[in-house]
Amino acid sequence: MLRLKTEQTNHVQVDKPSARLSLAFIIVAFASLSVGALAGMLQGMVRGGVIHLPSWINYYQILTAHGVLLGLVFTTYFIVGFLFSGMARTNGGSLTKTALRFGWTGFYTMLIGTLMAAFEIIRNNASVLYTFYAPLKAEPAFYIGSALLVVGSWLAGYGMIANYVAWKKNHKGQRSPLFAYMAIATVALWQVATTPLAIEVLFQLIPWSMGWVPTVNVILSRTLFWFFGHPLVYFWLMPAYIGWYVCVPRIIGGKIFSDALSRVAFVLLLLFSIPVGFHHQLMEPGISPAWKMIHVALTLIVVLPSLMTAFSMFATFETTGRAKGGRGLYGWFKHLPWTDVRFFAPFIGMLFFIPAGTGGIINASNQLNAVVHNTIWVTGHFHITVGAAVALTFYGIAYWLVPHLTGRTLTKKANRVAMVQIVFWSVGMFIMSTAMHYLGLQGVPRRTDYTDYMNNAEALSWIPWQRVMGFGGGLLFVSAVLLIGVLIYLGKFAPKGNEEYPIGETDGEQYTPAILERWPVWLSVLAVLIILAYAMPIMEQIQHAPPGSPPLRTW
Amino acid sequence: MHLHRYEKIWLWLGGAGLAIFITLLAINAFAMGMQPPSDMQMIDPQKVDQTPPFDKPGLKQIGEKEYDAYMTAFAFSYAPSVIEVPVGSKINFHVTSKDVVHGFEIPKTNINFMVVPGHVNSASMTFDKPGEYLILCNEYCGAGHHVMATKIIVK
Ligand code: HEM
Ligand SMILES: [Cu+2]
Ligand SMILES: [Cu+2]
Repeated sequence: MLRLKTEQTNHVQVDKPSARLSLAFIIVAFASLSVGALAGMLQGMVRGGVIHLPSWINYYQILTAHGVLLGLVFTTYFIVGFLFSGMARTNGGSLTKTALRFGWTGFYTMLIGTLMAAFEIIRNNASVLYTFYAPLKAEPAFYIGSALLVVGSWLAGYGMIANYVAWKKNHKGQRSPLFAYMAIATVALWQVATTPLAIEVLFQLIPWSMGWVPTVNVILSRTLFWFFGHPLVYFWLMPAYIGWYVCVPRIIGGKIFSDALSRVAFVLLLLFSIPVGFHHQLMEPGISPAWKMIHVALTLIVVLPSLMTAFSMFATFETTGRAKGGRGLYGWFKHLPWTDVRFFAPFIGMLFFIPAGTGGIINASNQLNAVVHNTIWVTGHFHITVGAAVALTFYGIAYWLVPHLTGRTLTKKANRVAMVQIVFWSVGMFIMSTAMHYLGLQGVPRRTDYTDYMNNAEALSWIPWQRVMGFGGGLLFVSAVLLIGVLIYLGKFAPKGNEEYPIGETDGEQYTPAILERWPVWLSVLAVLIILAYAMPIMEQIQHAPPGSPPLRTW
Repeated sequence: MHLHRYEKIWLWLGGAGLAIFITLLAINAFAMGMQPPSDMQMIDPQKVDQTPPFDKPGLKQIGEKEYDAYMTAFAFSYAPSVIEVPVGSKINFHVTSKDVVHGFEIPKTNINFMVVPGHVNSASMTFDKPGEYLILCNEYCGAGHHVMATKIIVK
């Protein structure tokens, strides 16, 4: 009779007001992706020496746009839209009035911020790349816009918390839906992680860019930035993990492997993705080797939730494949729905995550980092993490989420084109990121316009591989065009119907320790970890501040 | 909370591997002296030209085959512009920035560090092979970032 229950719960439809909110975020996300993908292709072609940019636009302006539009705008909007839809879906189909109000206020705040930042990037007043390292000084509107983007995402997060609290009130003593639990963990991570960024922007960069204070403490601004920068990547990853843990089991007709372990993985991600930012500053002066080592050790602990995730996924795949009649050691493999893009896309994403995680261990190691730091290896690394594992999972989600929200269906034909899109993206990313990893080991710098360093023979030998990188970028752009085409079709033209919002269930009732849901406990542990990892070095950087730097515009 | 037997084995193996790895990194850093470049010296970025030894960037011989190289990084070059040393020399690089953040990298070597205004950063290397070594900036520093480079000639 369990089956009957599943059928019933899977008929839940996200209601109109919630769908409209979620869709608004998703539309901005993909609009941003389409411009960002064009920029990405141009970067690859410029570096390969295939094209030259016209004089009214410079490489670093495009690169700033690419980093901001894809790394910050696409991801944040998609994540907020997706999490809102899932909060509604697991709350009987609707968001509470408070959640909707916070959601829309957040949406418009984020939009105003994004437009302000974009305006300054277009005017070439903010070619500081998406990390805006001081003392490069952008126009104040760029920093204010970025701050609004963050504040808007906070408001959206408060909306989700309001919805979660309301659910708790109506379901006293019950364990929350896995989706909602994971969404709240993600919101908590984002709230904590963006606090140092807000401090950097509000108290350091805005007053300094306005000319109210003459200089800025550069090392402190970098420490605050990377205090945010590493959890940022887990903010991208956790929603993809929600897709893997919660949605994929239902799509392949299986069960969630373990409710409790899924929650444990999320708690570990929340705890160990924040007190670790110095692994981005290993090659920097002004931070002692001992503090660097502490952050390196804490960083590497994320290996554990990653291994748990890998185990859960393949356990679900094997159990499901066997239940469908797969025999022998690997027979189950054939019984997975390989031609269903809702499964195929995230599955390829998972495969990308295996080399990506390995590369991450290399980057975080304090000696190996000297070989790859600021080379294009790093760019290769995050194109297979966020650009492949996360992006492919988001595409797989969008392919059922968009028709679900617009009351249409993912047709066979659309599924076929979507499969082609995923193949193009995977092949393109494979080619581009392989070239990037290889070039990085030769020492080729990242964030660098076409150059041969005054006819240097070594630098000239890099160009052919940079062309390969550009070729991968071309395939990626084709894929992005297909993606946008299919999504427009699914949102506007596909046949009306009910596309399922896949939410997996566990096999029967499972016991989950109540402590996993006591947020005050986990937030306190997190606070202790942060104080241990950051209190001393930040105090040191404030008390023994280096002489400050005045603002500079070098572009 | 139930943990599958295979998952226990999997996590124990992973956890043990991780512990060994972290221990090795720590031994490398603290017992073998292979620490990442982490110079704690400070300098006023607006007064680099008046602050010895960076007021006269260049090589200083401190041993038979050992040199201190005091260098400045600025948009979009390094001073001194070319360095020459005999084969087998060890160079201790000490670099600071006169403006924004720069990088200091010699491709295919372990010399790779950040040059942050307000600080001096340092790293050492012995040049056992003759030839021309490219030094390049690997942190975005402005419109001319991609031409920011210099050379070491080892004879
Ligand atoms: C059409 C697909 C894409 C192409 C062709 C592409 C290409 C590139 C290239 C060539 C660079 C390196 C430029 C340089 O360092 O000189 C780059 C940087 C970057 N890409 Fe992509 N990319 C694509 C998709 C994505 C996606 C989906 C994301 C994230 C969701 C992303 C995030 C970034 C970020 C954050 C940077 C670093 C910018 C910086 O260093 O300031 N890219 N991309
Ligand atoms: Cu990181
Ligand atoms: Cu530079």
